[in-house]
Amino acid sequence: MVEKVKHDVVIVGAGLAGLRAAIAAAEKSRKISIALIAKTYPIRCHSTCAEGGTAAVLRPEEGDSFDLHAWDTVKGADFLADQDAVEFFVREMPKEILLLDNWGCPWSRREDGKIAQRAFGGHSFNRTVFAADRTGFHEVHTLYERSLIYPNIVRYDEHFVTNLFIENGRIKGVSAIRLKTGDLIIFEAKAVIFATGGAGRLYGFTTYSHQVTADGLAIAYRAGVPLKDMEFIQFHPTGLVPSGILMSEACRGEGGYLRNKYGERFMEKYAPQKMELAPRDVVARAMWQEILEGRGIESEHGPYIALDLTHLGEEKIEERLPLIREAAKKFVGVDPVEELIPVRPVAHYTMGGIHTNVKCETPVKGFYAAGECACVSVHGANRLGSNSTAECLVFGRVAGEQAAEFALKTDFKEIKKEEAEAEEKRIFDEFLGRSGDENPYDIKRELNKVMEKHFWIFRTGDEMKEGIKKIKQLKERYKNIEIVDKRRGFNTDLLQSMEIGFMLDVAEVVAIGAYTRTESRGAHYRLDYPNRDDKNWLKHTLAYYTPEGPKLDYIPVTITRWEPVERKY
Amino acid sequence: MEEVIFNIRRFNGINSYWQRFKVPVKRGMTLLEGLYYIKENLDGSLAFRASCRMGICGSCAVRVNGKPMLACETQILNLKAKKLDIEPLDNMRVLKDLIVDFDDFFKKHEAVKPYLIRDDVFYSKPVELLQTPKELKEYYNFTLCIKCGSCYSMCPAASTRGDYLGPATITAAYRFCADSRDKGKNERLEAVSGTNGVWRCHFAAECSEVCPKKIEPAKAVQKMRKSAAGYMIKKIFR
Repeated sequence: MVEKVKHDVVIVGAGLAGLRAAIAAAEKSRKISIALIAKTYPIRCHSTCAEGGTAAVLRPEEGDSFDLHAWDTVKGADFLADQDAVEFFVREMPKEILLLDNWGCPWSRREDGKIAQRAFGGHSFNRTVFAADRTGFHEVHTLYERSLIYPNIVRYDEHFVTNLFIENGRIKGVSAIRLKTGDLIIFEAKAVIFATGGAGRLYGFTTYSHQVTADGLAIAYRAGVPLKDMEFIQFHPTGLVPSGILMSEACRGEGGYLRNKYGERFMEKYAPQKMELAPRDVVARAMWQEILEGRGIESEHGPYIALDLTHLGEEKIEERLPLIREAAKKFVGVDPVEELIPVRPVAHYTMGGIHTNVKCETPVKGFYAAGECACVSVHGANRLGSNSTAECLVFGRVAGEQAAEFALKTDFKEIKKEEAEAEEKRIFDEFLGRSGDENPYDIKRELNKVMEKHFWIFRTGDEMKEGIKKIKQLKERYKNIEIVDKRRGFNTDLLQSMEIGFMLDVAEVVAIGAYTRTESRGAHYRLDYPNRDDKNWLKHTLAYYTPEGPKLDYIPVTITRWEPVERKY
Repeated sequence: MEEVIFNIRRFNGINSYWQRFKVPVKRGMTLLEGLYYIKENLDGSLAFRASCRMGICGSCAVRVNGKPMLACETQILNLKAKKLDIEPLDNMRVLKDLIVDFDDFFKKHEAVKPYLIRDDVFYSKPVELLQTPKELKEYYNFTLCIKCGSCYSMCPAASTRGDYLGPATITAAYRFCADSRDKGKNERLEAVSGTNGVWRCHFAAECSEVCPKKIEPAKAVQKMRKSAAGYMIKKIFR
C-alpha cells in the first residue's frame, strides 16, 4: 500500500525559487496547505553557491532606470529574451530586495546605512545588490528562516521526486521517495510548482553542486511538457582550476583583471569598452580563444587564464571577496592578495528550461515552473550575471501566487491506486531490481566527456553530430545498468542512477537543439555558422519528448520596444 | 600517486562494521573526491551526503580520526596519514554509513525563532531598513553558520543530553539578537533559557575549535547565557 498525502500546493525544490514560492503562496492564503519537497535540506540547495549578487534598480535618483536594466538584459540575451517578460521582471525586482532586507538578509551596506551595489558584467549601472560574495547563501538562509513562521508550509526534506501525474492536460500531483525509509509517497495536489534547478552536471567541469542533475527538467519533459531553448548553456569565464568552483564575476566587478601567459589584459582585443565586464558569453569565448591560440598558462591540469586581484589590496578583498579568498586558499593554495588565481571557462547556467509564460504557467493546467528549471524567457541566449538570483525571487513569487490562486478555485483530482502501484513497480521492481553489466557512474563520466568535447564553447555541425550519436549509445548502455545497493533506506546508489537517467534525456535535448540551430547567438556559438541569423532563428526552440528522441518546434520571440541590433561591448 | 586507506565505519540499517578501501590519491584531491572514487569504482552502496563541494552547503561533515570536518574542503594529503578512520558525526542517529539524521537538529534550530522579528514591516509594502557597516559587523560573522553539525557532534553537553539545543542553534539565536534591525530578543531569550538551553553548556569550547567556518559558536553561547541571566532576573521581578 503506497502512502498518500494531500496538499493544495506542492512545490518541488527548496532553493531560492522554491522557498520564495512557498512564502508567496502562504502569504496569499493562510488556509491553503503547502508542501515544500526537496531532495536535500533546503539550505543545502545549489542556490547557496550563488556569490556575486542580485540585480535590481534601487537608485533611480542616482541614474539607474528600469529601461536601462531591461535594455542591458535584452542586449545581453542577444535578443532572444521575451521583452514583455523582461520589463515585468525588472520592475518587480526592487521590492524583492527590500523584502529580504526586512526578513534579515545581511546585505552589504554603504556608509550611510543604505544597501550597497556593485558593478557586474553587461550591466551599464552599478545595480548588483550583494551580501559580501555569499549572496545566494544569505538569500537562501533568509528565505528558509522566514518560511519557518508560516504554519501552513509543510516541509518534506530529503524526498526525491520521481514523477508527475497528469490527466487530460491537468496536474494531479507527484510521487517521491522518502530517502530515510525508501518508501514511495504519493502527493495529491491541486497545483504543482517545479523549482528544481538547472542541468549543469551534464558537464564535468562545472560550477554546479553535485545535486544539480536536471531532475525536474527530465520529469516534466518525459511527462510531455516541452523544454525551451535548452541549447543555450552558459559558460562562466572563471571556474577555479581544476575543481570548477565558481570564482565570482564580482572579482572583475570589484576591479579584477584577466591575463594571458604574457601578462596581457587580452580583453582589450575582444571588448575594448567593457573589457573584463563584457557579458559572460563574450568573455568566455575570448578566454577560450586565447587558450586555443597557445596564450594560456600551462599547468598539470591543462592551460588556464590568470585572474588577477593583486592590485585590489587585502582590505578590499577581505571585505568584498572573502569567500573567493577562502576558496582559493583552501582548494589551490593560492592567496589572491599576492598571487594569480588559475581559472578557465566553466559550465555554469542553463538558460533554457521548462516552457512557461510570464505567469509561470506551463501548458499543463495547474503545473508551474520557476527559477533555473523554467524558461520564461528573460535570459534568452545569454544570461547577465546577477539576473539569476533575481529571476528566482521574482518568478518564485509569481509561481507561488499563481499556484495558490489556482488551488483556491479548484478541486483535487485523484491519483488512483493503480497509478501509484505502477510507479512503485517501475522504480523498485523494474529499475532497482534489474541486473546488467554496466556501471552507471561510468556512463555519467562518459556523458560528461561527450558534452565537454562536442557541446562546449565553440561548436560545429560535424562535432555535434558525432556527439548526438554518442549520447544515443550511452542511452542504450544505460538500459543495462546494475545498481549495487538493493536496500530501501537512504539508497543513494538508486538515487544517483535515476539522476543519470534524467541527465541522459536532457543531454539529448541540449544536443539536438544545438545541432539544429544553424546560427551563433549568445552562448550558442558555431564555427560553421559564426553569425546571428535573425531572419531564420529569432525564435525559441521547443523540444517535445518522443521515445525516439526530442521532436522540435519553434515559437516567436516577443519584441516590444527593442529591435535587434549588432551586439558590441 | 600515493595510496591511502579509507577505513570507513559502515551501517546498513542492521549491522555496523568497518570496511577498508584503497584510494589512489593525487595532490589536491579532497576527502569527498576520495569518497566518490569509492562509490563510483569500488562499492556503489557507500552512502554519504554531498552537494556544493565548496564548503558552503554544509552537507558533507564527517569525522576523520575522531575530528569532525567537511569532506569537500579537506585535502587528503594534508591529513598526513596512511590510514584514515572515517565515521559519521557523533550525537546524532546514524541512518546509513556516513549519513546521520538531521531532522532533530533542524527542529531545534526552528525552536529559537531564527528570523528577524519586527511588527512594523509589511509584505505588500517593504521599506529599506538602514544598517551601518559597523552595525552589520556586530553580527555578520555569526550569519556564516552552514549547519553542518560539526559543533554538535563535538559538544560534550549534547552527548550527555539529547535535547540540548546545541552550539549552532544558540548561535543562530544570538545572530538575530545582535542584528540592529531586530526587535525579538526577549522571545528568543525565552526559548534558550529553558533547561535544554544555554545553562547546559560546559564551556568546553570544542565547538569553536572544530567549526569549519571559524564562527566561534562558544562565544555566541556565552553572550546568550549572559543575556539570558539578565532576562531571568528581570522576569522574576516583573
